[in-house]
Amino acid sequence: MARVVIFGSLRALTAGEAEIEIEASTTRELLDKLVARYPALEETVAAGISLAIDGEVFKEAWFTPIGADSEVVVMPLMVGG
Amino acid sequence: MKQDFKILGTRPMRPDGLDKVTGKALFGADKSATGMLHARILRSPHAHAEILSINTSKARALPGVKAVITGDDFADVDSRWTRYTMQNCMAQGRALYDGHAVAAVAAVSKKVAAAALELIEVDYKILPHVTDVDEAMQPGAPVLHEGVKGRGLGEDVSGNTVGYYSFGHGDIEAGFGAADEIIERSFKTAATHQGYIEPHACLADLGADGRGELWCSTQGHYMVRELCAEILHIDASQLRVTASEIGGGFGGKTTVFIEPVALKLSQISGKPVKLVMSREEVFRASGPTMSSSIEVKIGMTKAGKITAAHAKLRYQGGAFPYQMVMMGAMSAFAAYDLEHVQSEGWDVMTNRPKMISYRAPGAPMAVYGVESVIDELCQKLGLDPIDTRLLNAAREGTKSSYGPTFKAIGLVEALEAAKAHPHYSAPLAANTGRGIACGFWFNFGGQVSVSMAINADGTVNLIEGNPDIGGSRASISMMAAEALGIGYERIRTIVGDTASVGFSDVTDGSRVTFAVGIATIKAANAAIKEMCKRAAKIWEIDEDAVEWVDGAAQPTGHNAGNFPPMSLAEIAASSGKTGGPIAGHHEGAPDKAGVSFGVHLVDVEVDPETGFTSIKRYTAFQDVGKAIHPSYVEGQIQGGAVQGIGWALNEEYIYGEDGLLQNPGFLDYRIPVASDLPMIDPVIIEVPNPGHPYGVRGCGETAIVPPLAAVSNGVSRAIGKRMFALPMSPPRILKAI
Amino acid sequence: MSKIHISTRINGDEVEYLCEPSETLLDVLRDRLNLTGAKEGCGTGDCGACSVMLDGRLVCSCLVLGAEVEGSAIETVEGVGTLDALHPVQRHILEHAALQCGICTPGIVVAAKALLEKNADPSESEIRYWLAGNLCRCTGYDKIIRAVQAAAAEMRGAQI
Repeated sequence: MARVVIFGSLRALTAGEAEIEIEASTTRELLDKLVARYPALEETVAAGISLAIDGEVFKEAWFTPIGADSEVVVMPLMVGG
Repeated sequence: MKQDFKILGTRPMRPDGLDKVTGKALFGADKSATGMLHARILRSPHAHAEILSINTSKARALPGVKAVITGDDFADVDSRWTRYTMQNCMAQGRALYDGHAVAAVAAVSKKVAAAALELIEVDYKILPHVTDVDEAMQPGAPVLHEGVKGRGLGEDVSGNTVGYYSFGHGDIEAGFGAADEIIERSFKTAATHQGYIEPHACLADLGADGRGELWCSTQGHYMVRELCAEILHIDASQLRVTASEIGGGFGGKTTVFIEPVALKLSQISGKPVKLVMSREEVFRASGPTMSSSIEVKIGMTKAGKITAAHAKLRYQGGAFPYQMVMMGAMSAFAAYDLEHVQSEGWDVMTNRPKMISYRAPGAPMAVYGVESVIDELCQKLGLDPIDTRLLNAAREGTKSSYGPTFKAIGLVEALEAAKAHPHYSAPLAANTGRGIACGFWFNFGGQVSVSMAINADGTVNLIEGNPDIGGSRASISMMAAEALGIGYERIRTIVGDTASVGFSDVTDGSRVTFAVGIATIKAANAAIKEMCKRAAKIWEIDEDAVEWVDGAAQPTGHNAGNFPPMSLAEIAASSGKTGGPIAGHHEGAPDKAGVSFGVHLVDVEVDPETGFTSIKRYTAFQDVGKAIHPSYVEGQIQGGAVQGIGWALNEEYIYGEDGLLQNPGFLDYRIPVASDLPMIDPVIIEVPNPGHPYGVRGCGETAIVPPLAAVSNGVSRAIGKRMFALPMSPPRILKAI
Repeated sequence: MSKIHISTRINGDEVEYLCEPSETLLDVLRDRLNLTGAKEGCGTGDCGACSVMLDGRLVCSCLVLGAEVEGSAIETVEGVGTLDALHPVQRHILEHAALQCGICTPGIVVAAKALLEKNADPSESEIRYWLAGNLCRCTGYDKIIRAVQAAAAEMRGAQI
């Protein structure tokens, strides 16, 4: 079960849940299940988000594997300059 | 991870160096084409106005004018984000800021183009405008675009508020309850510009059939291709974009301003079109960074432990919806291990040019507020600023304030280096204050493509897709040389055009050395695999029995065979006969970029009679993971620090009541000059990033994050009064004294 | 008004051109003579990227008219150093990594060379004030100053 941490302002779309348990083995699976559970997240996810898996940041990568006890943090898509 | 390097860490000459010291290198405005036309853009003189009509007939009739366009010449696009970019390049219906493009001409000479602009008649209906972030958020403010208000925002903020973000964890009220001292302060920072010395420039040649060539100064020619193809409704494959040498970007060239206009003019006139921004246009109509209005509240125990921290950031990003305050909200408290923390941010529109990234976008202002309050708390409680930061510093395993748990990071190492450095214990002269601040940047991975050919004479050609803004071609050649085991001088790295190698994300986010480096190493490994295969064939042994050592193939052991090593050059020489050309390539989107922390230490002397601040001594400590080419790493640290000094002391966009920009030039938008500064001492810290084969972290952006607060803290201590707004120009300091 | 005919010497070569009365020397160098080494960073004499030598004097070519250099001698960055040997200023800029994007480099080369011809042993402060008219946004000036100091030392024949 991956432990999914939702960043502050997104919690409004997950009925206030800050930490959610989801069973998934890839980031794509995780996002699909997240959106299935909280349809209000769909637009945000479609626009693009970043995920930090056990501290390492992944930008929009669908097939990144997620371990059994991973911490996955959902963050906005980030840019640099 | 590889630790003993032959080439990494040395300082070879960069490949574009000779051309740059002799004036031979070609930048955006340095190219011409036969039959070329010169283009000019007509810009709104009003901060906010409806465009009732544009009469271009007189301009069209002027001899020598070959094309005139307005926003009507651009068909709509599907993506609203692209629409904003397009409408920023050429207004449709309304002029949204002083300098907003409303029409453009292409003519046989600069003189005729200028004359044609004068003949275009625009009928404006002036509308109320707003340029201040807090005013723009007030209900009742003129709203720039309807229907884009941030989801979930209430009636207490205007429709200009396009986004709200919140990050953090814990219970800040409980945390503040546990503090011995709480300080809450409001800060304001002015908008600044990246200040690249080369204005935007391009040469466009687009045929009626949609096949085109575009030469432009950009941080991302694939980004240019994608945006222009979308805006002009042509296929990406048909538009070949070549990146010129780029005279500075710092994030300001990660979008398009003039390229779609030049392409459209070319398409209509049937000729190549050269379009170059003047310096005034760069200030008025390219992409400055946000101005901000910030509150920071921090609670600390007498011993210096931060018990709670809360930041509220309001940024204005100009005349179109955008998303950037989240970067500030995420980075504000990143340097600290906090149990109770919250950072909130609002993105707001105003009648100002549309913002784009500027080196660690969003972070410098937020960290300025945070580091200033921490410094004030240290002063109030009589605590050492470095020890206090060490007490609260984020380390490996810290749950960051923006979410992820940190892996190996180098903040503590940087703080300890600062503490041990002679600068920290040097005596202070009269009227001098010492300021210190930490900074942070995420650094990114992103898409890259690298193609590497092994030539028959044993040299190597490498093509990659990231414009070189600071010497990356040298670093990439170094990493290729290290991976292949051959000399640096045997490798030529070039930045290919969009038709020659696969897609690459823009050069930004301090990502090129990291991401292109990974692709380079993988491409080299692919080439090595092929070369080992050829050696195996020649020796008639198993592929698995061949390994690559020091630039040559050799049998893995005596059992495999007693052949002397075959060098890359030898294998390459016979490649035509052993199976054909040898190459390696890699396309990917590497992640696991490592965050980097910096600590800056500055001594500033303030003249109490004039309010003039001079920087007496500056030392910048930064964890870069692994310094591939130390000279260029030092250069990034020094350059970022000086941009931050300018931001802290002098640079600002000044708007009048009329909403017009008052200082669109280098005389009155004062960036640091050589006589303003001392030497900037960079101290490179290396805590390897576990996500990169050589330990590389990004290094380009972090250095602009600490200086705003470091300089402000120094000034505050020098004059004995805290400063709460940037820039701290002499009149403002005098007022405070 | 018709174009003006000018004869002048650029980097030692006799050059003739026609220009508009309003054209700057910078426009002429770049657009008519294909000498694109001098850059337009601002067009108002604030950035120094267009620096050239005019009759032995360091000037911003964006502040000189193409029409006012009849009979003059102009040196641009293209005339500094030779194919066989870079000028010490150029060489030290490379060795000290005193450039990042390189757009200010031609102006710096011309200006630094002019300084060292006037003052063979400038102090750090003198170098900084001389180069105050050459804006650089990438380097923070540190390595540029060191490169000029090293070039000066070499040209004086001193041990570095």
